[in-house]
Amino acid sequence: MMEDLLGSVTFGVFFLTTVGIYVVSVLGLNLQWGMTGQLNFGIAGFFALGAYTSAIMTTAPSDHHLGGFEMPIFVGFAAAMIVAGITAVLVGLITVRLRTDYLAIATIGIAEIVRLFLKNEDWLTNGVRGIPGIPRPFEASVGDNMFVFMAIVFFCVVLVYLALERARRAPWGRVLRAIRENEMGAEAAGKHITRFRLEAFVVGSMIMGLAGALFAHQIGFISPEAFTPRFATFIVWVMLIAGGSGNNRGAMLGALVIWLVWSGTGFVTSIVPPEYATQVSAVRLLMIGVLVQVILLYRPEGLLPEKPPNSRT
Amino acid sequence: MTTLLEVIDIRAGYGEADILNGLTLTLSDNEIAVIIGPNGAGKSTLMKAIFGLVSVHGGDIRFAGQVISGRRADQIAKLGLSYVPQERNVFASMTVHENLEMGAYLLRAGLRDHLSRVYDLFPQLQERRNQIAGTLSGGERQMLAMGRALMLDPRLLLLDEPTAALAPRYVAETFERIREIRSQGIGVLMVEQNARQALAVADRGIVLVMGQNRFEDSGPKLLANREIAEMYLGG
Amino acid sequence: MIDFLQLLIYGIVLGSILTLGAIGASLVYGILRFANFAHGDMMTVGAYLALVAVTTTGMSVYVALPFAMIGGAAIAIFFDQIVYKRLRRTVPIILLISSFSTALILRSVTQLIWGPKNQVYEAGISLPYVVGGVRIRPDHVTIFVGSVLLIIAFHLFLKYTMAGKAMRAMSDNVDLARISGVNSERVFLWTWAIGGALAAAAGVFLALDTRLHPEMGWHVLLAVFAAVIVGGIGRPYGAIAGGMIIGVATELSTMVFEPAYKPAVAFALMVIVLVLRPTGVIKGQP
Ligand SMILES: Nc1ncnc2c1ncn2[C@@H]1O[C@H](COP(=O)(O)OP(=O)(O)OP(=O)(O)O)[C@@H](O)[C@H]1O
Ligand SMILES: [Mg+2]
Repeated sequence: MMEDLLGSVTFGVFFLTTVGIYVVSVLGLNLQWGMTGQLNFGIAGFFALGAYTSAIMTTAPSDHHLGGFEMPIFVGFAAAMIVAGITAVLVGLITVRLRTDYLAIATIGIAEIVRLFLKNEDWLTNGVRGIPGIPRPFEASVGDNMFVFMAIVFFCVVLVYLALERARRAPWGRVLRAIRENEMGAEAAGKHITRFRLEAFVVGSMIMGLAGALFAHQIGFISPEAFTPRFATFIVWVMLIAGGSGNNRGAMLGALVIWLVWSGTGFVTSIVPPEYATQVSAVRLLMIGVLVQVILLYRPEGLLPEKPPNSRT
Repeated sequence: MTTLLEVIDIRAGYGEADILNGLTLTLSDNEIAVIIGPNGAGKSTLMKAIFGLVSVHGGDIRFAGQVISGRRADQIAKLGLSYVPQERNVFASMTVHENLEMGAYLLRAGLRDHLSRVYDLFPQLQERRNQIAGTLSGGERQMLAMGRALMLDPRLLLLDEPTAALAPRYVAETFERIREIRSQGIGVLMVEQNARQALAVADRGIVLVMGQNRFEDSGPKLLANREIAEMYLGG
Repeated sequence: MIDFLQLLIYGIVLGSILTLGAIGASLVYGILRFANFAHGDMMTVGAYLALVAVTTTGMSVYVALPFAMIGGAAIAIFFDQIVYKRLRRTVPIILLISSFSTALILRSVTQLIWGPKNQVYEAGISLPYVVGGVRIRPDHVTIFVGSVLLIIAFHLFLKYTMAGKAMRAMSDNVDLARISGVNSERVFLWTWAIGGALAAAAGVFLALDTRLHPEMGWHVLLAVFAAVIVGGIGRPYGAIAGGMIIGVATELSTMVFEPAYKPAVAFALMVIVLVLRPTGVIKGQP
């Protein structure tokens, strides 16, 4: 009885923590796609960069990979955002001037190269064997406490949400929306537009890097296998589209709803014989694909449609 | 004379906003009608509306008695309506010959006859038949655009600024060609910036301002109208 | 020198496969105006359709190829009619996202039907021909010759049939084509039919070169797009050059770089083209 209770509390905390991490990713994507109309299909790449950076910064020294430097975890978070941000600047400088479908193509390239890099540069990442022993925040003072970690994730969610809401209402956000509408309608271009787009893309990618770092510290062990597009890219997209592109609250709702559905179907994996486990994951992927199509066809605005501030509609 | 085209009280535009609001005009066969008006008045938008290329929110468009508003452009073409847009009016990556073939896309047979008629009207095109249209001069390109539109023997030809960007010596020649086209029994509805020359060949002139037809009269009478001359014909 | 020639042959083989994929992706991009992110997975499905024909009837892959192509065309048209057709009035980006989820659907259905494991059309190894020290696998000859024949057929279609001309016209100037009487919906069907059929052929050849796997097409999608962009979007002839350049450069790169980074070469070339011609690779479309 006690064990059951403990089990479900553990599960609940793990579930909510995971949702929180996805919320951070989805908010980052919402800044890029929802608010600015930029397509990023390489979320997994930025997510992985963040995870590895924070892991290398915070783990104990190891012969198997670069570092670790045993830095405080918040330094790891900051470094994760910086590395993801720099990568985004490099991609962005090339593609922001172009139509956003080039960005979409370039981002799948970046994600692929990040994956190859993490897999092959053993000296840095320990290759396919991955990095174990990634610490939890405040492990020294409070021990490995899942509630503390959940609180930290939620803190990040609130911080990112408030910052993005503020940006959305600020002139900066209005410019982004104007750029998006222009890009989707007729063509219009200009020097400063490029800058605004680059800023949105970079900040969004940094947020994804932060999400990656949170993920690394939640799981405690990362390897290139953990960053397949399936979990880090597709699912984030369906969360945003289901929740409502352009609406930060919609993005959060989408993360919760989709992760509920995803975890719900995940139980199936545990009851079928192991040889069918990969097949079950294909069913879930199929579900995501069909869900996106249905949403695009029947409710393109998502669960919570965008309500632009100060608009007449 | 029978009525060929009727545009009745239409409202149309790009997306939600209306550029044309309550425009009405009729055109008989064998008639050249010229539309003039300030930049941005909606002249090109009218042409696009007739061909179903912009959203029509109200009113009716009829061609030879049939309602054509709401039909697809290719269905309208089948009825005997041809259109030379103001911009991008040739297939720039295809040869002159292929452009004319595209003009005859709906034709089941007799391509050769139609080709030779267009080549008779525009002999320069024949010399350049294998040249890529994008490499033609402005004047040749305009001829090709008209030739393409004439391939199907239309009953009505819509021309959007056929003489814009032409050297002066081509302008007179173009109007001459347009008269020839009319003499073959083809109605012509034309938007023109060279208003004086155009009105001189026109049976009817229409002044379009702010999405509505403001004045309408025979070409010479509009030319003689001092008010119009001052406001729309540059004094 | 022998190494170089050997790699060149591998490059031409890869280039042939990418070209067949890129022609279709470029056509779709030019005529339906969106980057079809499901193109790689259409290749995958084509490869598996051939596998079905081979395993159920025992026919050879060469005989199975036309069936796979017809199936590929049918699947492309199916998705167009069920999904894309209803999204045509929206902005092209929505179509792009939709094709991205089509890709997920095709990939997962492939895995559900045929399983996640590697498969081959025929077990056993065929001995390569050795010409002046360079080894040439019979499959490689098939891939190259097959691709060349398909490309010639495609060229004749574009150049001499009215449907082919209408496709070029639509790609050049949609409104003018419609004014001229072209029924755009019909051209869309032709485009998907040809794009789907060529993608299926590319998939079969890719499977001959390597093996069948549910993710095989997704992994070459980037290279296919790179070929499209290097060749110029909406220019099917450019796609031939683009495919060959990407294929040969990818294989030759292993003389200098770690083979593990082969997939990055396509990306690098694409980026170079985008940097050199930032106003867009064709028709000034930024
Ligand atoms: N593709 C478009 N999308 C949105 N608005 C447009 C578009 N094309 C034109 N407009 C707007 O519609 C209005 C009418 O344009 P239209 O091209 O019909 O003018 P016009 O009378 O042909 O002018 P001009 O003499 O310059 O050719 C203008 O205010 C213009 O800005
Ligand atoms: Mg105009």
